[in-house]
Amino acid sequence: MASIRRSQRIAAPAEQVWELVGDPVRLPEWFPGVTEAVVDGDQRTITLGSGIPLPETILTNDPVTRRFQYTVTGGLFRHHLGTIDVFDLGDDTCLVSYSTDAVPDVMALVIGGAAGAGLRAVKQRFEHEES
Amino acid sequence: MGRRILFITTDQQRYDTLGCNGGTLGRTPVVDRLAADGIRYERAVPQSVVCMPSRSTMLTGQHQATHGVWMNGVPLPVDAPSVAALLRESGYRTALIGKAHFEPFMDPFERFNENRLATLGTDTLTAPQFGGGVGPHRGFDHLRFATHGATGWLHYAKWIGAEHPESVNDYYAVVDADLEVNAAGFGDTGAPQVKHNPIPRDWYHTDWVAQRTIDWLDGLDAEDDWFCWMSFPDPHHPWDPPQSELHRVPWQDVELPAGYPESAAERERLLDDKPRHWRLWYDGQLVSNYEAPTHWVPASMTADQVREVNAMNAIEVELIDEAIGRVLAEVDRRGWTDTVDVVFTTDHGELQGDFGLLFKGPYHVDGLMRLPLIWRPAPSAAVEPAVVTAPVGLVDLAPTFASIAGLEPSEWMQGQRLPTTDADAAARGIDQQLTAWDSELFGVGVYLRTITRDGWVCSTYLPGAVHDGTEGELYSLAEDPLQQVNRWDDPSVRGIRDDLVAQLRASLPPERTPALELEAPV
Repeated sequence: MASIRRSQRIAAPAEQVWELVGDPVRLPEWFPGVTEAVVDGDQRTITLGSGIPLPETILTNDPVTRRFQYTVTGGLFRHHLGTIDVFDLGDDTCLVSYSTDAVPDVMALVIGGAAGAGLRAVKQRFEHEES
Repeated sequence: MGRRILFITTDQQRYDTLGCNGGTLGRTPVVDRLAADGIRYERAVPQSVVCMPSRSTMLTGQHQATHGVWMNGVPLPVDAPSVAALLRESGYRTALIGKAHFEPFMDPFERFNENRLATLGTDTLTAPQFGGGVGPHRGFDHLRFATHGATGWLHYAKWIGAEHPESVNDYYAVVDADLEVNAAGFGDTGAPQVKHNPIPRDWYHTDWVAQRTIDWLDGLDAEDDWFCWMSFPDPHHPWDPPQSELHRVPWQDVELPAGYPESAAERERLLDDKPRHWRLWYDGQLVSNYEAPTHWVPASMTADQVREVNAMNAIEVELIDEAIGRVLAEVDRRGWTDTVDVVFTTDHGELQGDFGLLFKGPYHVDGLMRLPLIWRPAPSAAVEPAVVTAPVGLVDLAPTFASIAGLEPSEWMQGQRLPTTDADAAARGIDQQLTAWDSELFGVGVYLRTITRDGWVCSTYLPGAVHDGTEGELYSLAEDPLQQVNRWDDPSVRGIRDDLVAQLRASLPPERTPALELEAPV
């Protein structure tokens, strides 16, 4: 199994950032190449820019600790766990971490690499577009 | 009306695969003629030995430390400088046809421009691009992309999927079920990445790239100035040329390359003389980069497999040569020959059996580092044919293109226009080239910095997964053309080593900070 982590420190309060990245329906607003996210209970189906649909199960959506976890249940994955954490750094900034554990290994880099671009988009949004 | 530029690149082609460079396996009369009429470089060096960083250097005229594409999978920023944009701003029509690879291929999100353009079904000038901008992509106002095989998002894959769907699966599957570089072999010997491809030659990507280039040229006005980057995906693996062409080079007749010792003991002795990662990869104990198959052990490679790989490679090189001939015939038919500069090169080499290894990786030796480079200046420029032995680099291409167009090199370019003679090189102080390697794959980091100068190639290692930062390699290119004797620890050349290392450290450009992120495997 491979594990990839991407993170960004963002100059915005943790709760504001969590409102975006912790909402499973809002994924297309910040994750590159995701065109749609449909949530039904703990099931989410996202559609990729290539048109590929990916079914997922939401495992954790904890607004207290600000942790969101999900697993992709289709596609090439034999194992997948995605974890988003938003840490309050106490000075109206926060650290957002997006971890991807996957088999096949290569998929961890495919998802994790896109997640890194997504976190940069979140940082841009809060620090430059909403200020 | 000025000088036009036909920039021809191949992918992963060795210096010694051209007849004009002493190659005997494949026939390359077209490129050999360009060399005879122009300038042939005997020591052309890439600034990186993998595709994306090297191609980014060609486009930007910058070292990887500056453009920031430190490994395959790191996308070149969309606002990176581009010599194509410079030429376009001065009135050139610009096109890139074939393999670009400034952005990752493995992209199920289809979030990178190169992968989206074919889906958008547009040229770049009028279509809103991903990200909302409008305009040419990286300075090219016409793009038609292809890569190895017929799957994926690019124009060639979509074309063959629409026009000849029965042939999509004729190609070798580049990756396996785990999306790792495929180690399977479907030729005669079981060599990895080899397949007998039933696809008709006319549908093969080499001929597709040539035909799309001809089509674009056909659409230009006679008076147009133009810059066309024609970029063939071959002879990069997979080695799966049309099987109708296999008769050209029967692998059974291929002599083993000089860099491949047939004795396993000799291969191991040579590898043990180099930093640890060489032997660890050979034995299947370390795969440091995505470009080599994870599930393949080089030590298992047989001599016949080396023969078959070299034969297939030579066939692909022949097909490229013939395709170039077709394009040059079209250039001639349009009456442009006298005003067209032709530059032929590749992004990096291929080990192709050297030391018992295939593919590429953190190995700065001639198999990967000595490139074919030919510049046939426009006959109207009356440049005398020459052979240049001074070290030149792919970083020198962008200022060369600017010079051909009558432009001053931009301040962001870090190379120099190519010398036309050794005397020209000496007069302008062109005497060294730098090459860098950085890879980080699932916790394995390997980092090299190399200088080619004064007839030596000297590599230093930074601390990484299997190096402590004291390792190095030092080869005399004249005395040891196969780089089989590592003189890093030879006290008789310690002064040379120290001078080269000092020169290397003084010459390296500062690293871009923060570093760009790895976003995909390739």
